[in-house]
Amino acid sequence: MSNVTSERRSGGLLPSHARPGRWQRLGRNKTPYLFLAPFMIGFAVFMIFPLIYVLNLSVFRTKIIGGKTFVGLENYVKAFQDPSFWEGVRNVLTFGLIQIPIMLGLALLAALLLDSAVIRRQTLFRLGFFLPFAVPTVVAALMWGYLYGQAFGPIAQIARALGLDPPEFLTSGTIIPAIANISTWQFTGYNMLILFAALKAVPHELFEAARVDGASGIQIALRIRIPLIAPAIVLTGIFSIIGTLQLFNEPSVLRAVAPTIIPPNFTPNLYVYNLAFQNRQFDYSAAISFSLAAITALLSSLVLFFAYRRRLLR
Amino acid sequence: MNAAKPPVRAAGPGRSSWVLGNGLMVIGLAYFLVPLVWLFLASTKSNSGLFSSFGFWFDRNVNLVQNLQDLLARDNGAFLLWMRNTVVYALVAAVGSTVLSAFAGYAFALYRFKGRNLLFAMILGSVFVPATILAVPLYFMLGQAGLANSLLAVILPALINPFGVYLMRIYAERAVPEELLDAARVDGAGEFRIFATIALRLLAPGLVTVLLFAFVGAWNNYFLPLLVLRDSSAYTLTVGLANWNALAAQPGQAQVLYAIVITGSVVAVLPVMLVFLFLQRYWQHGLSLGGVKG
Repeated sequence: MSNVTSERRSGGLLPSHARPGRWQRLGRNKTPYLFLAPFMIGFAVFMIFPLIYVLNLSVFRTKIIGGKTFVGLENYVKAFQDPSFWEGVRNVLTFGLIQIPIMLGLALLAALLLDSAVIRRQTLFRLGFFLPFAVPTVVAALMWGYLYGQAFGPIAQIARALGLDPPEFLTSGTIIPAIANISTWQFTGYNMLILFAALKAVPHELFEAARVDGASGIQIALRIRIPLIAPAIVLTGIFSIIGTLQLFNEPSVLRAVAPTIIPPNFTPNLYVYNLAFQNRQFDYSAAISFSLAAITALLSSLVLFFAYRRRLLR
Repeated sequence: MNAAKPPVRAAGPGRSSWVLGNGLMVIGLAYFLVPLVWLFLASTKSNSGLFSSFGFWFDRNVNLVQNLQDLLARDNGAFLLWMRNTVVYALVAAVGSTVLSAFAGYAFALYRFKGRNLLFAMILGSVFVPATILAVPLYFMLGQAGLANSLLAVILPALINPFGVYLMRIYAERAVPEELLDAARVDGAGEFRIFATIALRLLAPGLVTVLLFAFVGAWNNYFLPLLVLRDSSAYTLTVGLANWNALAAQPGQAQVLYAIVITGSVVAVLPVMLVFLFLQRYWQHGLSLGGVKG
């Protein structure tokens, strides 16, 4: 997931402009372009060019005999009608609908508690909650794979000791919650820190006054503190949506343990990977990955749109 | 910030909400830490010990040293190679991307030039581009450039960190007073010298944050290394461990590999955790950057 430290409480995403004055003096200077050049060259090569490349790839079809032919939107039509693609999209959407509200809800609750007078051992909780973020998703996924497992998983051990049947976590009915739990474990602490930082920037006099007036802690949280950090919540939400639609590492690692439960098209990205690198269908996989990016952009802008409409963002 | 609050007893919450709040946080702490405790305990057990002992306690004999020896010996020392690859990749990618981000962010913050808003909007917009859409084209581009199986194939794309540029711009706007630069200019210092001798020092806390998160991002990255590093000697830790884990799941292999995969995971996780713990002052300050009033 991307770093989500971007929200600024006032002024939206674009930083406020610095004072004029000096700008007139420096207007014609070449210096800023020299400072920018290294990054912009890399940006063109590793961001702009690949996007053009993938778009271009997606409008061709390569056959072993006959070579490359221009097929226009054919790959996109095929993707649109491909039940394997939509199954993956449905899986990640289901995943997101379960996981994102739970994760952000927990992160918000933890951030509100941390920022209240109730919690004394702030550093302990902050670092403890955040620690799973330092674990690579690959390691998190294989670790949880063992924890869920029947062979030497501690959950199964406890169940057996109690004379119960060990619960199965990696079945087709439970695989989405099982992976959702891994993501929640990994990223709640990170999101908590973002929301906590936003809360800290809220002037505390605002709600100390409300407290003196007799408002309860929960009222203050719901009416004052949460609305004030709405931009941060919206942005953590958007970055979570982007991350969710791209889900790959966890299912890819768990597929080794549960190949029959996680098909090669379990998520759109897993599908892209298998199309491209197992079946060598690069053209079609390019169309799928572009479609996924389009769905991502659509969902993120919908969220942004509603956030602006409801005045959660300024 | 705690000092600014009134004492708990005066206006604060009552005893029941203290118990409820702390209770919830302790449950949360257990949820986040217990799996790691299991992992660390498991790394001290032999393969048979994993099966015969309880997950949340030690086995009769502590097998950690043997596990480490097995880990390093497996596949002719592949793990050390992966470790070296990962260290080089993460360090070069982090330092390089931080330098580029600092240059660019500084330029956006302190100069006005033609195309400034357009370029910045493009960079900001690219934060929303899913990284995976770039993976297939990068695979081709890097292959054609003869970089397949080379560490450069994962390092070069990682040098471009749009979010780092954004953070450095905000940081530079707050931390570098223009009067200071003007004074240096009056003294006849060149623009680059001003950056290197004055601005860089003021930007240090922001630099550490960008550096640290870029380091962790590279260390933990899986998708791109998986695509472009096909040769086992070129793997990073995540790709190698995922590979061994897949092998362990195959019948007949499990007995040998579980303990190695678990021990390898612990070794892969520890450096990042230690870096986060030791540098917490810096990155927590950097993270709070976004929350500061602008």
